[in-house]
Amino acid sequence: MKVHEHQGKEILRQFGVATPRGEVAFSVDEAVAGAEKLGGNIWVVKAQIHAGGRGKGGGVKLARSLDEVRSISNEILGMTLVTHQTGPSGQEVQRLYIEEGCDIARELYIGVLLDRAVSQIVIMASTEGGMDIEKVAAETPELIHKVWVDPAIGLGDWQCRQLAFALGLKEKTQLRSTVKFLKGLYAAYIEYDCSLAEINPLVVTGAGDVIALDAKMNFDDNALYRHKDVVAMRDLAEEDPSEVEAGEHGLSFIKLDGNVGCMVNGAGLAMATMDTIKLFGGEPANFLDVGGGATTEKVCAAFKIITADPAVKAIFVNIFGGIMKCDTIANGVVAAVGEVGLQVPLVVRLEGTNVELGKQILAESGLDIIPADTMADGAKAAVAAASRS
Amino acid sequence: MAILVDSNTKLLVQGITGKHGGFHTGQMIDYGTNVVAGVVPGKGGQTSDHGVPIFDTVEQAMVATGANTSAVYVPPPFAADAILECIDAELPLAVAITEGIPVRDMVTVGNALEGSKTRLVGPNCPGVITPGQCKLGIMPGHIHKPGKIGVLSRSGTLTYEAVGQLSSLGIGQSTCVGIGGDPIIGTSFLDVIQLFAEDDDTLGFMMIGEIGGSAEEEGAAYIARYVTKPVVGFIAGQTAPPGRRMGHAGAIVSGGQGTASGKMEAMEAAGIAVVRSPSDMGITMKGLLEQRGLLAQAMA
Repeated sequence: MKVHEHQGKEILRQFGVATPRGEVAFSVDEAVAGAEKLGGNIWVVKAQIHAGGRGKGGGVKLARSLDEVRSISNEILGMTLVTHQTGPSGQEVQRLYIEEGCDIARELYIGVLLDRAVSQIVIMASTEGGMDIEKVAAETPELIHKVWVDPAIGLGDWQCRQLAFALGLKEKTQLRSTVKFLKGLYAAYIEYDCSLAEINPLVVTGAGDVIALDAKMNFDDNALYRHKDVVAMRDLAEEDPSEVEAGEHGLSFIKLDGNVGCMVNGAGLAMATMDTIKLFGGEPANFLDVGGGATTEKVCAAFKIITADPAVKAIFVNIFGGIMKCDTIANGVVAAVGEVGLQVPLVVRLEGTNVELGKQILAESGLDIIPADTMADGAKAAVAAASRS
Repeated sequence: MAILVDSNTKLLVQGITGKHGGFHTGQMIDYGTNVVAGVVPGKGGQTSDHGVPIFDTVEQAMVATGANTSAVYVPPPFAADAILECIDAELPLAVAITEGIPVRDMVTVGNALEGSKTRLVGPNCPGVITPGQCKLGIMPGHIHKPGKIGVLSRSGTLTYEAVGQLSSLGIGQSTCVGIGGDPIIGTSFLDVIQLFAEDDDTLGFMMIGEIGGSAEEEGAAYIARYVTKPVVGFIAGQTAPPGRRMGHAGAIVSGGQGTASGKMEAMEAAGIAVVRSPSDMGITMKGLLEQRGLLAQAMA
């Protein structure tokens, strides 16, 4: 799960991580009031969306008076911000974060994440702050410094110092505040079951303070049950409505740009089904895993979500029944078509547990279904049907 | 001989009175798996619906029944603890079926596994089956056929797909291992590849990966150096958008790492027959076996 920058910083401050002071605003008036409350004579108006690259997209601007806070807020709030992470359709800005201005001397990078290769948390630091870190890693990997945290020992001061020295933060107070910053960041990552805690940029101010100018915090979905406060921060406006609806039904669904809707059981098979559609010249409209223990109701809900997408020109149901029985799928499909009708060709491939019963249910339903024996045949038929309709 | 589980496996089930644990214990017993014990803290002394004796702790179950393997069906918030109990009891093999264990918990488990006497398979996996001998997990037993081809995979249903294709071609399986779809798992591709490479009963194997991480690349590097048996490979997620988790917690392309194309190239470079269409997994293995004059043996 993702949260906004202002929410991430709220969490970080609980762990003693230094950030600029700021106020969240949902209207222009709130933005101006926020700036007044912060005081000073320079503010940064920041669009709050879940995607990165906001600055380059025109979503982060400096204001030198309250009038400027008003005019800039008016401009950014409600705009559709397009960045390299939002995709071409962009994301509408529905909230702002007004921060006190800060005097930037240096921009650095810090990221905390899981290193899957060694099953340990790694902290990465780089002098190339404000840049796309993936680009830095690809072009100048020597500029990225890493320490791995032994879970039984925790993050050591010596490791924090190692990173601080690598970043050129050698002066005594700076060294001390960097150690405090990194330990706070790591503690927040662990306490809150993060999957990513990224500070880009981490800035050194003219006065020598080390503060988090930006904060990107992602959380492990599997651990949300123990973080009700994080769940409360979820902003549904940032998510695709069909994905939100699917989530409510316990379905794993990702909206894509193609025209062949897919309903599959199992994540691996669902990905393989998308790949097969592409292989035969089509484009999948979605990833959908109905799961191993799906009921008729769940299958019905899944079918409705797929058919609600106007881009879908054909549907491919690909099931290898294990625990999930083919007759459950067949009943769900029949029930869903009964409720919402069937406007596009439907290809069904059933295999595995209770396959004969499933096929029988579909045959007796009288529905106009194109049967397929293999995944490849089904994908070919669905792609052909989608291009015809 | 097979790998990991066979007719000598004495299975204990952690979470045997739960909905999933209970249902699958019945399925495993029906298949012929030797389920000797259940472990449910606080229910020691009782007997499960299947007539299996229940113990309070893993250690008690081991002492009383000689259990040497555990199937973990414990719900996510308590699953890591169940695995740690196996490690402490020095149980040789624990297979965690549970999906949804927090990564932080698995970091702790991963650390505890280092240097321990326990091998963990999973979590978030369908389990391990040696057809005709032992079914440990949630896979449908009836699609399998005893034989000489290994299958290892990060996915559940995609493994069934591969098994179904092999069986319908008359090619049986030595052991099928679902290693799990999470970012942190106990047994890697590399570990199972080594086991299959050394197993006399396995003539060749299928390696089914997916996007995310670098485990397929590590496995491929080992195959390039040490494995002469025929290997067929497939990678799911060639069309997955970057930065999105595709159902499995571990199936994500992040920072340009873990792409399907990168994995497929590494596997092809290692001499693995990588198929584009998953429907071709079985037939491609059949072709390789034929080329090497192993088909008759594989279909015996």
